[in-house]
Amino acid sequence: MKYIDEFRDRRVCENLATEISKIGHGRDISLMEVCGTHTMSIYRYGIKKFLLPNIRLLSGPGCPVCVTPNGEIDKAIAFARKSEVIITTFGDMLKVPGSTSTLAVEKSRGSDVRIVYSAVDCLKIAEENPDKTVIFLGIGFETTAPTVAATIKDAKDRMLKNYFVLCYHKLIPPVIKAVLESGEVLVDGFILPGHVSVITGTEVYEFIARDYRKACVVTGFEPVDILQAIFMLVKQVKTNSPVVENQYTRSVKKEGNLRAKCLMDTVFEPVDCEWRGLGSIPMSGLKIRDEYSVLDANTIEVDIEPLRENPECICGEVLRGVKTPLDCSLFRIECLPENPKGPCMISSEGTCAAYYKYGK
Amino acid sequence: MDTIMLEHGSGGRMMHSLIRDVFVKGFDSPHLRKYEDSAVLEIMDKKIVFTTDSYVVDPIFFPGGDIGMLSVAGTVNDIAVMGAIPNFISCGLILEEGFSREDLQKIVDSMKQAADKSSCTIVTGDTKVVERGKVDKIFINTSAIGTMINGVSLSKESIKPGDKILINGFMGDHGIAVLSKREGMEFGTSIKSDVQPLDMLIKELLSNGLTIRFMRDPTRGGIATTLNEICDGMGFGIELFEEMIPVRDEVRGYCELLGLDPLYVANEGKVIAVVGREDSDKALEIMKRHPDGEAAAFIGEITEENAGTVSLRTTIGSHRIVDMLSGAQLPRIC
Repeated sequence: MKYIDEFRDRRVCENLATEISKIGHGRDISLMEVCGTHTMSIYRYGIKKFLLPNIRLLSGPGCPVCVTPNGEIDKAIAFARKSEVIITTFGDMLKVPGSTSTLAVEKSRGSDVRIVYSAVDCLKIAEENPDKTVIFLGIGFETTAPTVAATIKDAKDRMLKNYFVLCYHKLIPPVIKAVLESGEVLVDGFILPGHVSVITGTEVYEFIARDYRKACVVTGFEPVDILQAIFMLVKQVKTNSPVVENQYTRSVKKEGNLRAKCLMDTVFEPVDCEWRGLGSIPMSGLKIRDEYSVLDANTIEVDIEPLRENPECICGEVLRGVKTPLDCSLFRIECLPENPKGPCMISSEGTCAAYYKYGK
Repeated sequence: MDTIMLEHGSGGRMMHSLIRDVFVKGFDSPHLRKYEDSAVLEIMDKKIVFTTDSYVVDPIFFPGGDIGMLSVAGTVNDIAVMGAIPNFISCGLILEEGFSREDLQKIVDSMKQAADKSSCTIVTGDTKVVERGKVDKIFINTSAIGTMINGVSLSKESIKPGDKILINGFMGDHGIAVLSKREGMEFGTSIKSDVQPLDMLIKELLSNGLTIRFMRDPTRGGIATTLNEICDGMGFGIELFEEMIPVRDEVRGYCELLGLDPLYVANEGKVIAVVGREDSDKALEIMKRHPDGEAAAFIGEITEENAGTVSLRTTIGSHRIVDMLSGAQLPRIC
């Protein structure tokens, strides 16, 4: 298939692997792939087999479902239990365990939980069900936030009274800063997310190269993309010349998508935000601005069950890159894709799911 | 409260555990303990194959077929892959009050058309109508019996390292065709479901004296799930070659877009055959000569290594594990 096969070409991959080997030998080099879709691609295509053993790839906190903390899931579940509520969500959220339940379980018990492929579909559901309260779970990074912002703006313009967003959107640059600040993991460079960068552009990452002296390459998701990015990163590390480079030029512009950024800025404002495993990170989440608060589900009162965490689940440490799923006592024993104990097992971008699916 | 979830009907891991823990345990018969899609029964020295299947596909009309065609082809294929000739099939209908007579007629005509294409005759049936909203338009159950072809004995136990894996055409057409007409998903496509009875093709394959070890129809959960079922708990592994697996560009494109893996997307007119190495070229030729197998291909082989595991040699030359479907990729696909 055109424009796909070129990026999955065996000979190009092998050539890139040879080039990486030529410059990459010597001391350990650790590269963090921030984005869950990269983690999945790396496993799906067996990228690690092309690399010298001293080049390590670490999974980062860039799976939106995985970093949603228990308390936020509990609140969604609390809403789902109300008979007048229709919860609309991306499919990945359905099986993520909260303190005692999941949205999938609530659905099987009679809650109206609907999977949508786009937030835009929720407006239609709201219009068709005027006597119901339709709540969309706003999950995701800069990639999904603009379309959700568009629905909020549209719903307000149309004076739709029964559409609400439970806004859990999070931002990528602040969490990278938090990973660097914590000093828990030694990272030489970052495989930066392609989809997020389509919106944000590349300038938002300048601080990583400038202030922390780490290599940075914005990267696409095909094997050739990832291997080329690793080559670019290793070169930056070896020559000690960290900059933000853009490998994914066919999609990402330096300035990003200005219209989408403007829309996000109109509807949302940055706030401090809680991340699973990482705690509260300054200015890392998005809140619906006061002008649009009539559409903010956080303004609706709901009783939430007491918070319970599974003490054995190490998703938090996996998300920080400190541990791998293989360090977890639940992995593959109690924690399985059909019975996940933590979100990293269930999300299609989760590190535990990638290890489970492709790493036997 | 423990409840049934959609994934319990997905054809993947959760359904397998439900079957094991509730049905096989509850009914406790030696036939069920074989975990086959069809039961092989001995009645008066004759080997009879018996199976049943229910159809709840949404939407009921989709490009390339409808629920009627599916309800006959699906059950016929379950019999045929056992190495049997499907003889008789039943038709149980559950209809929603208010359902269109015209649509019912279309569905019945499709059932007849599918039965005519196969060696099966529809011989008995039942009709129930329930209040509006209690079922979604129409659900169909069909059961069929067939007679084992003389001298044919297919079993997982006979599979040996070096055997070849063949498939009679493109992967994933049915799943994508149904999805393309699903409410909220509508996208323009020329992809048609591959739904068709396969008993004629299978009979042809089995009547040439070739070493055919085993066959399965990769429906829900796609070839990934079916191949995992074949090697699970056995002393051999399966290696697939990604570049040899026939997938239409359009199906690949939609899978890329929707985040699906074609290996897990449902088929309704496909058979996977495990064939002795020495006969694999002949088997492939027979498939290709048949109108239902023109795009047949050799997609992998049985290995001594990695027992119980399906692995894929990717287009870029690396290997990865292909696990059984976990959770529901697409509900109500058949």
